[in-house]
Amino acid sequence: MRWFVALVLAVAAPAIAQDTMPPAPYAYQQLANPQLEAKAEGLMGTLRCLTCQGQSIADSDASMAGDMRSEIRQRIAAGESPEHIRQWLIGRYGEYISYKPQVTRTTWPLFVVPVLLLLLAVLIAARRLRRRA
Amino acid sequence: MSGVRWSLWVLAAFAALLGLFALQLSRPKDDTVPSTMVGKTIPAFDLPAATAQNPGLSSADLTNGQPHLLNVFASWCVPCAAEAPQLAELQREGAPLVGVAVRDQADDLAAFYQQYGDPFSRVGADKVSQLQFLIGSSGVPEIYVVDGHGVIRHQHIGMVRPEDIPDLLSRLKGARG
Repeated sequence: MRWFVALVLAVAAPAIAQDTMPPAPYAYQQLANPQLEAKAEGLMGTLRCLTCQGQSIADSDASMAGDMRSEIRQRIAAGESPEHIRQWLIGRYGEYISYKPQVTRTTWPLFVVPVLLLLLAVLIAARRLRRRA
Repeated sequence: MSGVRWSLWVLAAFAALLGLFALQLSRPKDDTVPSTMVGKTIPAFDLPAATAQNPGLSSADLTNGQPHLLNVFASWCVPCAAEAPQLAELQREGAPLVGVAVRDQADDLAAFYQQYGDPFSRVGADKVSQLQFLIGSSGVPEIYVVDGHGVIRHQHIGMVRPEDIPDLLSRLKGARG
């Protein structure tokens, strides 16, 4: 029963998070300068929506994602670089907020293991081919 | 012969992988996003008053030497209403409570206070989640223990349940030192 209640609460939480405020100024409005807008969109597509999870803030209609898009467009318009904004957000929410994989102390095996497996596969293949020849 | 040994190794590796999956699947899912600002100073901010009832909130109010409980909430958030009795209890215990109302209208907030009470000395209006981004808050409700120098000592995600009160009070006490 407790599990069921927990499950219901977890599913219900996003549905009740509705406010009546109008969206932030640049949540749904693009920047006038197409180059700056492209920069902003590139960044927004690789940042995780905090309240929906599994969606980028570019894809989400959650009000917090809208607020974050507005914040990002205003910072880009003020001349900040996308990577600087990404680092600013990582400094607040951790690596979790970024969809752009980075090599860190915990993620390096993700990059090293495929190379090792490929080397192993080449080695095995070479041995078999030599034996057959 | 060596072929048999190889396949045994592969089988063992596969079994180990299944074991890992079983272990991780049996653990409860934790989808909270903790703030990485815990242990750091809240950046400068200045929020206008959310209603006529309380003055607004600025970073200067959090660096007056006294620790605070900073509650991030909204009138449109159901768990925020559900935690009201616990906040009232914290206030009775002498905890200095300040609030940040996220994406909220003054009228809605006034009605919310009318119904659930207002334990806050100050409440700032965060119309576009700016303060939330500053402190690494990922939703409502969240409550932060902030020491007298404006350093975030603790973040509690989700509503304050009755069993959370002693922990929050002791952390607030710890923030005095």
